[in-house]
Amino acid sequence: MSGNPTGDLAIRFEHVEKRFPGAARPAVTDLTLDVASGELVALVGPSGCGKTTTLRMVNRLEEPTGGRLEVGGVDVRSVPAHELRRGIGYVIQQTGLFPHRTIAANIATVPVLLGWDKARIAARVDELVELVGLDPELLARYPAALSGGQQQRVGVARALAADPPVLLMDEPYSAVDPIVRAHLQDELLALQRRLRKTVVLVTHDIDEAIKLADRVAILNVGGIVEQYAAPADLLRVPANEFVASFLGRERALRRMALLAVADASPREGPVVAPTATVEEARRVMAEHHVDWIGVLDGRRIEGWVAADELDGHRTVGELTPRRFAAWVGLDTPLREALDMIVDSRTRVAVVLDGTYRGMVSIDDIADAMAAR
Amino acid sequence: MSAFSEFVDFISTSENWWGRTGIAHRLAEHVRISGIAVTVAAVVALPPALWLGHRRRGGVLAVAAVNVGQAVPSFAIVSLALPISLRWGHGFGFWPTLVALIALALPPIFTNTYAGVVGVDPAVVQAARGMGMREGEVLRKVELPNAIPLALTGLRLSAVQVVATATLGAFVGFGCLGSFINEGFRQRDDGVLLTGAVLVALLAIATEIVFGLLQRPLTPWLSRKKDTR
Repeated sequence: MSGNPTGDLAIRFEHVEKRFPGAARPAVTDLTLDVASGELVALVGPSGCGKTTTLRMVNRLEEPTGGRLEVGGVDVRSVPAHELRRGIGYVIQQTGLFPHRTIAANIATVPVLLGWDKARIAARVDELVELVGLDPELLARYPAALSGGQQQRVGVARALAADPPVLLMDEPYSAVDPIVRAHLQDELLALQRRLRKTVVLVTHDIDEAIKLADRVAILNVGGIVEQYAAPADLLRVPANEFVASFLGRERALRRMALLAVADASPREGPVVAPTATVEEARRVMAEHHVDWIGVLDGRRIEGWVAADELDGHRTVGELTPRRFAAWVGLDTPLREALDMIVDSRTRVAVVLDGTYRGMVSIDDIADAMAAR
Repeated sequence: MSAFSEFVDFISTSENWWGRTGIAHRLAEHVRISGIAVTVAAVVALPPALWLGHRRRGGVLAVAAVNVGQAVPSFAIVSLALPISLRWGHGFGFWPTLVALIALALPPIFTNTYAGVVGVDPAVVQAARGMGMREGEVLRKVELPNAIPLALTGLRLSAVQVVATATLGAFVGFGCLGSFINEGFRQRDDGVLLTGAVLVALLAIATEIVFGLLQRPLTPWLSRKKDTR
């Protein structure tokens, strides 16, 4: 999930301050933060930490009261606000779709403002519908006829309409149910792999930030950046008590969600060929300290047999092997693999990648966590 | 003869329909002054209501407008407008009545339109701004269309009240449907009186229906129907 930023900075906060009239303290005190081009950055923090204010300063829905804020190397205050905003995608929680306009017209909002001709707009709308996975049938409907998930997809399509390099997302998935949210998050990741936009995403959901972001900025009240790092680094070495407590108790499990089975280097495990003798099987079991043996026919894993079943047989192949309960791929998250392993009798997950690639045990997972 | 049969008798006599004091002329005058009053009130009330709603300011003004509208009797305005009209040489009838009707029509149009704009989902307005609409575009392209249902309600309330109240014009010499009520009352002629009353009532109902019919074509997105053009 590591980003592939091109190195140049898309957004740059330099000692940015936002003070609301009449407020005792600034909402954002002295913020310095860089977002690289093509990077997805999540701003996370408790309510009142200024994360939404920070986001809204980028497209000047809030005007910074101090410091300098650049988008694409240009000071945001040097451009008229409406022109700046037409070049920045914006997605919000309640979708903010225009209820009086059809889905097609909603998506076409910015291209119309930019004065594109009709044919170009129509072609672009079709392209976007495809991109975000919407049914073209919906184009003639009004937003009220759509489900929450569909509305959110329209919101993303509308934000991407004029192909802006920067996308701002303000708690985009907090109004949809958890199942739809997980779907939309996966879609965003897939979209981001294709489009490589610079995305700033505000969320109060640390799991969402960990799942989606290349880097996460944890903000404290007053827009103080407590830590700004890749999710795995954040979870491994929280900078301070605030970050640790914000990340919560299940930090190890959350890190596991970021590591894949491949990171745990699967091993061949206690396996023998069907032609192996019972004595040979017993020797392999003793070596691995287990009371079962895997049956591997070439690169095909047949299953496993228990030690006490071997009595009275000559070769392992005489027994009908039982199926392993846990099957994973090299890219399965370790957290998922662990979940399957604890439910299985043999305490291992079989790794397949076309053919048999080995096994991972709880110990392998623990070792992988310690190594990173 | 009962009042009802006198009424049927009166309206089925063709001479009573034509001429300066006939039903047709007075009905047309009634509709004309009502139309002018509502149109003028809309032209005067809509722009400030839309702009103040857009700026989210002037809520106090909106509330005051409702209260004044409800508190001051139209008859009082007609009575106040009459001497002014006379002094300025506009005479009896049309002008004092029109002034009173415009005053009556303003508050519902203003307050409902204002409420309609203020009531637009803040997320929608925020999105419009975030997409890069200028303030005027936010108002024209987003807030105004979404305020249509309430603005229409305001226009409808105004129009119905104006149609009912234009009847008062008869007391300052304006020839309208109220004139039948006035004459019928003085001449103790129930048929004539009832003609005025029934026609005013029917006209008010017709006004209500016309505005009701406008709602749907003007706000297609609010239709329950799944199919949309």
